[in-house]
Amino acid sequence: MPLLEVQQVHTYYGNIQALKGVSLKVEKGEIVTLIGSNGAGKTTTLRTIAGVLRPRKGTVRMGDRDLTKVPANEIVRLGVAHSPEGRRIFSRMSVKENLEMGAYARTDPPAELAKDFERVYELFPRLKERLTQRAGTLSGGEQQMLAIGRALMARPTVLLLDEPSMGLAPVLVELVFKTIQDINAQGMTVLLVEQNAHMALSIAHRGYVLQTGRIVLSDSAKNLAENEMVRKAYLGEE
Amino acid sequence: MIGITNGAFIALIALGYTLVYGIIELINFAHGDLFMLGTFVCLSTLTLLGFSTEVGTTGTPWFALLLAMLAAMIFCGLLNVLAERIAYRPLRRAPRLAPLISAIGVSFIFVNIGLFWQGPTPRRFPDLLPQYDFMSQLFGFTTLIRFTFKDLFVLALAIPLMLGLAWVIRSTRMGKAMRAVAQDSEMAQQMGIDVNRVIAFTFLLGGVLAGAASLMYGLYNNNTVFTLGFTAGLKAFTAAVLGGIGNVNGAALGGFVLGLLSALTVTYAGGQWENVGVFSLLVIILVFKPTGLLGQETGEKA
Ligand SMILES: Nc1ncnc2c1ncn2[C@@H]1O[C@H](COP(=O)(O)OP(=O)(O)O)[C@@H](O)[C@H]1O
Ligand SMILES: [Mg+2]
Repeated sequence: MPLLEVQQVHTYYGNIQALKGVSLKVEKGEIVTLIGSNGAGKTTTLRTIAGVLRPRKGTVRMGDRDLTKVPANEIVRLGVAHSPEGRRIFSRMSVKENLEMGAYARTDPPAELAKDFERVYELFPRLKERLTQRAGTLSGGEQQMLAIGRALMARPTVLLLDEPSMGLAPVLVELVFKTIQDINAQGMTVLLVEQNAHMALSIAHRGYVLQTGRIVLSDSAKNLAENEMVRKAYLGEE
Repeated sequence: MIGITNGAFIALIALGYTLVYGIIELINFAHGDLFMLGTFVCLSTLTLLGFSTEVGTTGTPWFALLLAMLAAMIFCGLLNVLAERIAYRPLRRAPRLAPLISAIGVSFIFVNIGLFWQGPTPRRFPDLLPQYDFMSQLFGFTTLIRFTFKDLFVLALAIPLMLGLAWVIRSTRMGKAMRAVAQDSEMAQQMGIDVNRVIAFTFLLGGVLAGAASLMYGLYNNNTVFTLGFTAGLKAFTAAVLGGIGNVNGAALGGFVLGLLSALTVTYAGGQWENVGVFSLLVIILVFKPTGLLGQETGEKA
């Protein structure tokens, strides 16, 4: 059984249909990427999984639980953590408090929490140096690290990442993708949404291509990177 | 000292406006009226305990005062939570004007409960605190500025309450959740925070502070009336706007500044000018610096 399974999901904004029957699966230990151009419905897909949006039809399964029937604030307790588009860190709170908020739903002993703080500091030493700083004063790259770190603090089984490379300088993009690979190597399952298809396919195991609310292709990352249509449409090649 | 002491009640009420505005961007019109009902709860509790009008020959009944304050804090806290549950929560996703109108409706209901309960005429609030002026009796000064036992009483209660609130917001799990919800409730929910509970808790805090302020007000001014909520609410709202609505430190600061300003207006221009002064100040802030003294840029989400 896949860890996370989205089945025939239809999501609307009012009368506008953004997802027209999206299905995808994520197996334990994978990095799966969802690529597609602006407005394809990538963010909508992640927000539907995370419970921010409710689909009109279809199910989102995490193991044997249907997430579409779980209150939005309980979804993180079932092992899904979301690092959203635009980062949305709590800019008026300190870096440390942002990480604490990430761990808000945790009920395990403080020693376990301390381990995860240490792990996040190891991944992002820059954050450790800035713990008491207001998160809003961080640079764009640091804010992205904080958004990922905050999601990791939930100790999720699946990490949803929405365009972690957006707005970052090329060196930082490299660093962020390298970090995602490291996190995955430590055993974390990742569903990665990206417009930067080239980078996303270079670290993912499998991928899906989303076009105007529909999945049009799904394959191994390697095959997708070689696919004619993908190369033309998303990798900017002639 | 009259200005500073009045500032303390105003600040406590202003905190209730600002906490609620900070978290759901609602101007809770009924908040002043909640405070008015608080004074009535204190009055009724004291009457029930047999301290109905004048200072007892046996001295200040501290235990009765404590009971009255707790009664008002619990009453106002729970009533505020109830109002949120019934009148504001169902409208949370409605256009901004809807909960505002609902709040005006709640205000009417509270005022009419007050009218029905204690009648239309001002009620005398028992004068139960020792009459003692530190300035003249302790230091031998006779000046315009007095510092009486009543002033001490109010400040000794109000300041720890404010510091306690600051601590709750800064350091507790619930306080952090409040700040997270205030900034981005959808993300707060993604962290696993039960947003409804946090909002209810915020109304509880605001109500409890208004309840505490109501006992202090009653003992200090020795009167109350069902229209008290309008004047007190106006001042407190102005104080909240002055400090930067949504900003907790701002509300406390705004309360004290406004208390001083109204005392100066009363002393130098006459009591009839007090509300004019407060209203003018409100208009001036809204025109020239709507974010207030300590206000955040509005709409800061990034
Ligand atoms: N809040 C919203 N209200 C209405 N339509 C929206 C909203 N958010 C997104 N959409 C629409 O839904 C579609 C999918 O958007 P989105 O999921 O953000 O795409 P992507 O993340 O792939 O760029 C787009 O057509 C977009 O215009
Ligand atoms: Mg998007």
